[in-house]
Amino acid sequence: MDQYEPGRLTPPQLAAVRRSLRSGRAALTRRSLLRASAGGVLTAGGLGALSACGIPAAGRTPGGTAADDRSAREKTVNFSNWTEYIDVDDSGKRHPTLAAFQRKTGITVRYTEDINDNNEFFGKIKPQLAAGQETGRDLIVLTDWLAARLIRLGWVQKLDPVNLPHAFAGLSPQFRTPDWDPGRAYSYPWQAISTVIAYNKKALNGIEVRSVSDLLDNPRLKGRVGFLSEMRDSVGMTLLDMGKDPADFTDDDYDAAIARLQKAVDKGQIRRFTGNDYTADLAKGDFAACVAWAGDVVQLKADSPDVDFIIPDSGYVTSTDNMLIPNKARHKTNAERLIDFFYEPEQAAALAAYINYVTPVDNVKPWLAKIDRDAADNPLIVPDKAMQAKSHAFRSLSQKEETAYEEKFAKLTGA
Amino acid sequence: MPTLAEAAPPLAPPEPARPPRRRGRFTPYWLLLPGILWLIVFFALPLVYQASTSVQTGSLEQGYKVTWHFATYWHALAEYWPQFVRSVLYAAAATVLCLLLGYPLAYLIAFRAGRWRNLIMILVIAPFFTSFLIRTLAWKTILADNGPVVHALNTLHVLDVTGWLGWTAGDRVLATPLAVVCGLTYNFLPFMILPLYSSLERIDVRLHEAAGDLYARPWTTFRRVTFPLSMPGVVSGTLLTFIPAAGDYVNAELLGSTDTRMIGNVIQTQFLRVLDYPTAAALSFILMAAILAVVTIYIRRAGTEDLV
Repeated sequence: MDQYEPGRLTPPQLAAVRRSLRSGRAALTRRSLLRASAGGVLTAGGLGALSACGIPAAGRTPGGTAADDRSAREKTVNFSNWTEYIDVDDSGKRHPTLAAFQRKTGITVRYTEDINDNNEFFGKIKPQLAAGQETGRDLIVLTDWLAARLIRLGWVQKLDPVNLPHAFAGLSPQFRTPDWDPGRAYSYPWQAISTVIAYNKKALNGIEVRSVSDLLDNPRLKGRVGFLSEMRDSVGMTLLDMGKDPADFTDDDYDAAIARLQKAVDKGQIRRFTGNDYTADLAKGDFAACVAWAGDVVQLKADSPDVDFIIPDSGYVTSTDNMLIPNKARHKTNAERLIDFFYEPEQAAALAAYINYVTPVDNVKPWLAKIDRDAADNPLIVPDKAMQAKSHAFRSLSQKEETAYEEKFAKLTGA
Repeated sequence: MPTLAEAAPPLAPPEPARPPRRRGRFTPYWLLLPGILWLIVFFALPLVYQASTSVQTGSLEQGYKVTWHFATYWHALAEYWPQFVRSVLYAAAATVLCLLLGYPLAYLIAFRAGRWRNLIMILVIAPFFTSFLIRTLAWKTILADNGPVVHALNTLHVLDVTGWLGWTAGDRVLATPLAVVCGLTYNFLPFMILPLYSSLERIDVRLHEAAGDLYARPWTTFRRVTFPLSMPGVVSGTLLTFIPAAGDYVNAELLGSTDTRMIGNVIQTQFLRVLDYPTAAALSFILMAAILAVVTIYIRRAGTEDLV
């Protein structure tokens, strides 16, 4: 307001200023009018810009799902996988199975370990796939509920069975007809994961743990029990414990399982819901027992002899990590040949011997026995009949169910 | 004002001086251009996009459309206000702890460290050489249930007191509010020490001597001279600590439990897990507004608009 210092203004200007102030219309000078209208334009423009944003509906990928397949011209395939989920040689840099693939087919695999978390990875590739653009990846590995979501959204391509003879013949019957991809039209499992109960002998100090009920109810384990932040694993194991089948349950069953877990949270029984980081808690003994992934436990056992696992009598939850070809991938045929390659028993055995997860390939046992006899006899890697009978998959969810269930589970874990 | 006209005539060949001055007029803007572009691309545009997302409705399958659904904000606030309150409390507690720990250290480095000054400064900054995540995970080892720290605290019955106050649960520290606040304090401590140090270091030591000459005792010198002069450092240090701490989710995720989740965790869950993008965006805006309000009140109270 310096410019209105009385001394610098002529008397008529001063009178005008006073008049306009008195009549309460000080705002309506030419300048402020201009400013107001400019502000109005900006606001309108801003609102327009706000309205223009938004995400198009899925499943309507402009120009179809497939891109021009350059497989024949470019002998490469871009493979995105989880960290530490493939064999590594002694130098720590090369992957023997991928090298064998190149020797056999002449196709170079550009292998990237850029998947750490299903949800995060979905957030990463969502913008491109929603906009109908390529992701720069020809083959990705995702856990089945996310694979189901991508199939539902129409963001992955149908596989060509002609390129998948070994995969078709070798896939273990247990994994042939998931309800979200019957007959495996879009996906093939990379590895399967068993969700079991792991414990630390030293921390348990003689307390017996045989079931999820023990985890939830035994007061001597208060504050030393861990569950997984993966909704399907934690709720699935609880459902099994309550005598329900995760492959076939109702909303009420789900709510009952959440209520059962909530009770344990409220009384301080459950210490934390964790991702992969539970392994540290378990090895240190901060967790006396927890819901865990068997592949981790096999590896953990090698380092800390106190850690072991049990499979509850009520059964365990099995999920798979699946290879998928995203829309607009540039090297679809090469990717299919890579999928098929890992279904040759010899390669599947080499992979299973190294990473200790459940192999989805049938008849791998004799090949695996040649490399590692202990691994071949380990039901966590090659499930026997008894193991297979206890295995339960979590049924696929509709989009509505998925949102509602995740919301409820988020509340349970403190939002 | 009249001196200008009198002084001008003797030396006046203005013609050749004109072109460079004209060019110079736009130089500041050219220099600002990269910064402004950066702000537009990485701040303004995402903010507009986020504002838009917060008033959209829909689902991934049907797509999201702007429907001006402002109820999302009310729903988000009504549902998650405890986590907002908790975030502000934890961040405030961590900021106060940082100030209590950081001020003496900054004072020591600025006035007493002598030739050790550089070494101590390096020690303050050294944790930044490793990742935030690793540093936080290290606290899980330090505070492990069977570790020496927890054992000592149990022996001294400290955990009985903190447990009674509701800061810890049972005979452990991990997965409790105390662990989260400790993690926040540790991770943001350098952001407090560095501005404190830079404003303390600028204080003329002769002012201390003068205060002494005027019969001020050391405590009075600190209260009347040193502390007021270090206020810019205190204000910027507390802001640099409080703002990121309020939005942090890593500490609560790794060191906390279900009842210590902060608003950052909620936003992450809503965005990545529940896929409720509008709620996540609305929560982010509410968080921004809340922090802005708290900070504005704080700066007004601290009375240092001209110093920040």
